[in-house]
Amino acid sequence: MVKEITINPVTRIEGHAKVTIFLDDDGSVKDARFQINFFRGFEKFCEGRPYYEMPSITSRACGICPVSHLIASAKACDALVSVTIPEAAVRLRRLMHMGQIIQSHTLSFFYLSFPDLLFGMDADIEKRNIFGLIESDPEIAKNGIKLRKFGQEIIERLAGKRIHSSDWIVPGGVRWPLTKEKGERIAADLPEAKNITISTLEKFRNMLQRFDEEIEHLGNFPSNYMGLITPDGELEHYDGLLKIIDYQGEVIADSLDPTKYKEFIAEAVEPWSYMKFPYYKPLGYPGGSYRVGPLARLNIAKRCGTPLADEEIKEFRKFGKNGIVESSFLYHYARLIEILFCLERAEEILSEPETYADRVWAKAEVSRSEGIGVAEAPRGTLIHHYKVDENGLITWVNLIIATGHNNVAFNRAVTEVAKKYVNAKKLTEGMLNRVEAVIRAYDPCLSCASHSFGSRGIDFELYDADGRLIDRNSR
Amino acid sequence: MNKVRVATIWLSGCSGCHMSFLDQDEFLMELAKLVQFVYSPLIDVKEFPENVDITIVEGAVGNEEQLELIEVARKRTKQLIALGDCAVHGNVTSLRNALREGDQAVLKRAYLELADTTPQIPSEVTPLLKKAHPLHEIVEVDHFIPGCPPPASLITYVLTELLAGRKPEMEGKAKFG
Repeated sequence: MVKEITINPVTRIEGHAKVTIFLDDDGSVKDARFQINFFRGFEKFCEGRPYYEMPSITSRACGICPVSHLIASAKACDALVSVTIPEAAVRLRRLMHMGQIIQSHTLSFFYLSFPDLLFGMDADIEKRNIFGLIESDPEIAKNGIKLRKFGQEIIERLAGKRIHSSDWIVPGGVRWPLTKEKGERIAADLPEAKNITISTLEKFRNMLQRFDEEIEHLGNFPSNYMGLITPDGELEHYDGLLKIIDYQGEVIADSLDPTKYKEFIAEAVEPWSYMKFPYYKPLGYPGGSYRVGPLARLNIAKRCGTPLADEEIKEFRKFGKNGIVESSFLYHYARLIEILFCLERAEEILSEPETYADRVWAKAEVSRSEGIGVAEAPRGTLIHHYKVDENGLITWVNLIIATGHNNVAFNRAVTEVAKKYVNAKKLTEGMLNRVEAVIRAYDPCLSCASHSFGSRGIDFELYDADGRLIDRNSR
Repeated sequence: MNKVRVATIWLSGCSGCHMSFLDQDEFLMELAKLVQFVYSPLIDVKEFPENVDITIVEGAVGNEEQLELIEVARKRTKQLIALGDCAVHGNVTSLRNALREGDQAVLKRAYLELADTTPQIPSEVTPLLKKAHPLHEIVEVDHFIPGCPPPASLITYVLTELLAGRKPEMEGKAKFG
């Protein structure tokens, strides 16, 4: 009798991972674990580098969300040199980040997950990918390509390069302003991007009726949620305060200063897992674990703060109890809403004259020995924390990566889906694809994650509705 | 017409080179008519296939699993391309090489010094190689495309030349970083 099933590599995700599904003697699924075998070690090898190299080096943690690293890193450096950066620089960094969220979410939705939605979880594997999409539905594929391109072009028009544009965002701001002409070019392409997003949302909403089962069984469980938010309770990706809510939407903590993260976030290491587990300290571990990313952000926010996204979030909330949406599958929906929000915000920023001010770079020397920068990356809260010596050389680095926060949830989802769908006696490829599909719903970024962890995986755990651990099955 | 069989592999890199590959945007639609992707993070084939015409590799060789994969890929492919600085010369991925016992030093920092509770070094994961290697130190490489990442236009140029049966001329077209 087969004892375990391995999915290696998990495909159509951003990074290297494998899933091992453990079976009982009768062939039923006992548990599942998630394993990452790829590690580079940024926290150590950055030691000794001048602080101003950090945005450039750490953005190489990830080619999908390098702008989030640039921003978190530059904010940590802004703190090291003790400057308040010019307002136009804040606007331009925000705009660049929006470009990236648009492209990253589009990649996840169109290039990686949409083939499962369109062709079905059991479709032929030759077809079930972006190239199959190009062949069978070139219009949809072209929309995905155009939308991702729009996001990438925002970055390129600001910084001169699409990926690792690290000579533009610098400690103290950005190196050159946005010209009116380039701003107009971005604005000219915006309506098409918005139309694509609106029609995709409509299509997706209509498709959801076909996905009752996925919504119900692809990682649908209560959890806490964490993310940055504006002081008014609106959606935010660049700055803001941290908020944590529970599965019923009750506030656990509000208005937390993200630069004081060490006071309320700690990382646990389990004997049976090699991936660190961030948790909210006052609730302990594992009760203090939470989910991050698009679903969490929409659950936390009172509203998005832009007209179309605010209409759409009302529809989104209908899928939740008390308006709190729990199904992992609906991360896809949340992602599309965030694209719409970023397009609307980008439109606002581009239309305001303050965005085009010449003063964008506050130059200063190192004046503090420690700096922390926090941003909401596409996949959740990203923390960069540096210490430097008197010459501004890095002595210590800690990075807490967005994907890492979802560790508990992520593994729960894999185990739940395996238990529901995998039948070892009549194993089909589609059963395993469903396990992969729930991973895709989280859109984990394992490039980022591989900056510093490996994982031996996770055993089956059972929580009650309050997140208390009631059963753990350890091998 | 038989389509050209193309594979893409991602070793120790950041995926930026694969993203730059996707930055070819509309050209991807043209590419899909000419080539069959037989192995890639973008498709669901789990085993590296036989008889591959072109394999595009991002990233340095950082652990034992990647070492095995690159050797299998080399045996089964006609032309192998090192895409991007990590594959070409090690780049950021190889920064750990400068540290004394760098493979252990990076693990100690992440798992012993930066964990709040029960710190421990992973032991049931694929071991890191002592050093991260650029591709040419491990296997023979037919074409190099430098850049961090290389621009999409350069990737398009190389693929267009190879699909036309010509040898890409890189002089003056590429730069590191």
